[in-house]
Amino acid sequence: MSDGLPDPAALLPLPPATLHILLSLAEEDRHGYAIIQNVASRTNGELKLSAGTLYRSIQRMLEHGLIVETRDRPAPDEDDPRRRYYRITPYGTAVARAEARRLTQLVRLARESGLATEGA
Amino acid sequence: MRLYRFLLHAYPASFRGEYGEEMCAVFEQRRREATNFLLLLGLWIDVLIDIARNATRVHIDILRQDLRYASRMLRRTPGFALTVVIVSALGIGATTAAFTMVDHVLIRPLPFADSDRLVQLYQNNSLRDAKFWELSPANYRDWKSAATSFAGMGCFTELLVNVTGRGEPLSVSNGQVSAEIFPLLGRQPLLGRYFSAGEDRETAPATLLLSYRLWQTRFGGDTSVLGRKILLDGIPHTVIGVMPASFYFPDRDVQLWTALRFGPDEYADRENTYIYPLAKLRRGVSLTAAQSEMSLIAARLARAYPKELAHVGATVLFMRDNFPNRARTMLMALLAAAGCVLLIACTNLTNLMLARAMARRKELAVRAAMGAGRERLVRQMLTESLLLALAGGALGVLIAASALPLLVRLVPVGLPIAEIPPVDARVLVFAALTTLATGVGFGVLPALRACRGGDAAALRETSRGGGGRRERMRSWLVVAEIGGSVVLVVCCGLLMHALWRVQAVDPGFRAGGVLAMRSALPQPKYEKTATRIQFYDRVLSQARQLPGVTGAAYVTGLPMVFGGGVQPVEVAGQAADLANRQTASLRYVTPGYFSVMSIPLLQGRDVADLDTARSQWVAVVSESFVHRYWPGQNPIGRHFNFALADRTVVGVVGDIRVRGLERSNEPQVYIPCKQVPDGWIIFYTPKDLVVRATGDPMALAPALRRIIHEADPEQPVTDVQLLSDIVDAQTATRSVQLWVLGAFAAIAFLLAGIGIHGLLAFAVSTRTQEIGVRVALGARRGDILSMIVREGAMLAAVGICGGAALAFAAGLQIRALLAGVPPADAPAFAAAILLALLMTVAGSLVPALRAMRVDPAVAIRVE
Repeated sequence: MSDGLPDPAALLPLPPATLHILLSLAEEDRHGYAIIQNVASRTNGELKLSAGTLYRSIQRMLEHGLIVETRDRPAPDEDDPRRRYYRITPYGTAVARAEARRLTQLVRLARESGLATEGA
Repeated sequence: MRLYRFLLHAYPASFRGEYGEEMCAVFEQRRREATNFLLLLGLWIDVLIDIARNATRVHIDILRQDLRYASRMLRRTPGFALTVVIVSALGIGATTAAFTMVDHVLIRPLPFADSDRLVQLYQNNSLRDAKFWELSPANYRDWKSAATSFAGMGCFTELLVNVTGRGEPLSVSNGQVSAEIFPLLGRQPLLGRYFSAGEDRETAPATLLLSYRLWQTRFGGDTSVLGRKILLDGIPHTVIGVMPASFYFPDRDVQLWTALRFGPDEYADRENTYIYPLAKLRRGVSLTAAQSEMSLIAARLARAYPKELAHVGATVLFMRDNFPNRARTMLMALLAAAGCVLLIACTNLTNLMLARAMARRKELAVRAAMGAGRERLVRQMLTESLLLALAGGALGVLIAASALPLLVRLVPVGLPIAEIPPVDARVLVFAALTTLATGVGFGVLPALRACRGGDAAALRETSRGGGGRRERMRSWLVVAEIGGSVVLVVCCGLLMHALWRVQAVDPGFRAGGVLAMRSALPQPKYEKTATRIQFYDRVLSQARQLPGVTGAAYVTGLPMVFGGGVQPVEVAGQAADLANRQTASLRYVTPGYFSVMSIPLLQGRDVADLDTARSQWVAVVSESFVHRYWPGQNPIGRHFNFALADRTVVGVVGDIRVRGLERSNEPQVYIPCKQVPDGWIIFYTPKDLVVRATGDPMALAPALRRIIHEADPEQPVTDVQLLSDIVDAQTATRSVQLWVLGAFAAIAFLLAGIGIHGLLAFAVSTRTQEIGVRVALGARRGDILSMIVREGAMLAAVGICGGAALAFAAGLQIRALLAGVPPADAPAFAAAILLALLMTVAGSLVPALRAMRVDPAVAIRVE
């Protein structure tokens, strides 16, 4: 699937849920519920992904090749057989970087026009 | 947890299968965290919102994907896509058009207030086998005062009037209504008001209401028309209102309304019948109850007036049902035929899709192997067929809308509704549902078949694909198509035979070469017979001088146009029981009428200029009149009492079909126009001019109009038409019926032919190898040909047998339309069977020839 993937810019802008999932998976492989918790703690509880939103996003991200399902699983005593673990792909990383760049530029433009302040 | 699992069913099965377990795990975690009732409640609310929102989105995602895929697939096979669209458009179009008609005429409530309680009342006469006769004002008055079943009752009649004054004189139909009628109908005028309670008294000032059409055409939609005076038959009437465009009463011809007024002397004669009551049932009173009450009242009146009212009863029926049963039969037949076309179309499409699905089994198997679930594949294929059906449905609605103006001629009903049914939301909803059913109907079976078991066998499968069971299934579908088309063709044949039978009926006069036009002389201007005679003489003498004219005459009414006008006959010494008098139709004529119409004069003489009000009162009677009263005797010089006077027979002419080709006709009596009493009912005074000419009679119309205009510049001329058109109009409805059913039958046949061809072509292509082996083993080309044709013939035989049985049953249902042709009419069946066989041969010819040309060496090497 790595060949013939579209230019990362073609997927931009990313839906917020997608970017958050990518950020969460950039740290380590996670299963669905772990992603929800990670996103929640990362945003101080402001964004609580619902199961439907999460898995619909995951489905599309899998289709687009942003993430893959991984067979590496934790030790059996920590594992729940129903869980599936996801890993970010190099393409996913590239897309997340492109999105971050886009957002940075946006913020810079906002600052230049005085709509945002440093650190805001 | 179980509830959550159940809710997950809102997601597509593929998504649920993929993520359902994980989602359950997530839900479990979150529920464990929800420690109190409020948190739990919040969780469930979240869950519900989440599922509602995301399940919809997932469905839309899939739909978008499927549509993209489907349009790609269809673009690759445009011929297939076009065929499916056209075939489904024909089926959906036919059904939608038929439904629109049925809905318009049979189902939709009439556009009046409480229309389900509106009834019409008629007199019936058991002796004369008449059910729907008008009433006399006296009977109406007595019925109305005695009846308790009704919340209100009014009456109306219809009359031609001349509108004069500014602009061309115009002859229009005037609805005369009592003051109760408009409140009963409950429709408000567009402008002004309708008649108030006192306005139907003789002393009230003359007023009128305009129809929207007349308001637009004659007054240019000018709102200042209210209060203006308009001359009707020379009498000024004040315009008090304009009715809306969609208001028709009692039928579509009426263009203005005046108040119906009865003078005191009008209540004297109970045989002077010309009004129709309209009533509204009291709430909770059934039609049967009203009918039995009215029957009692009529019986009481019959005892009170034995001479005039013996055998006279009352008929009550819903206004909604006030049209001939034949129209109902025709509409149901139309719907059934359209349904048949739709079914055949669906069957055909199923077959097409099956063939295509078989051809795509490999592709589907590959997709299944890549992880697409069966549900996903079925859904994908259904999306494709629905997409095609949707295009077909859109085209079908266009077909239906353009077919409606033709279809309305199929069932001429006088209901007070728009002539052409509107294509509105109701119709569109029906079309959408039909489209959906069609798409699913022809898509689901092939989809299930193709995706069965997602088997790996398909991957391995060679071009020998297909298989016994599927072939059988498709064969049955083709059999059904043949059967359906046989039913339609037989019905078509029966109707055609009936049409020929009616066309063969001799009208009794020769219609070719005769032009007719109407100049209805108004009263009181032409109240005196002498004044009218001056007008006739002047017009006729000038008309006869026109080049090419061989004769001209005036008559009360044209045959088949003016069917009524019957009077009781009394012959001295016969039928002493006055109540059992029989009737004959009365026509006043000018001399020369019989020769213009080519009605043979069998005995005696024509009416003459010398037959005046001061000479002996004479009559020319028709042959059946003589048979009835003086069988085997010389009728000339005999007397009978008719139309209020004693008449002497001076001549006998041939009978004509006064009421129509398909109706029973009374004997005819013709009376010289100079013997019309002064002020005699306007209904009977001669108004139709008939002119026989060599060459094209229509070319005379301008000259004749000019002659009438010179005789009286205020006199409008209407209904200019050829007599032959009037006779043709008698069978016009039948012709249209035949055209419509013929079109349906042709479509059905074409589809069935395509079906046979498709099936055999597919069979031949999948059996190429087998045929090759057969040829290699020594089978001759002829054997191969007959093998394939035999297969087609087998299908045809089964289809024809089933179809013929169903056709007989259908024939019994439409018996009312067959003019006496038996439902088991041999020629119709023979023709249908022959056509079906021809179609089978035509359908199997190409595949059979292809099979014949199979080269064994190539066929066996293919694998």
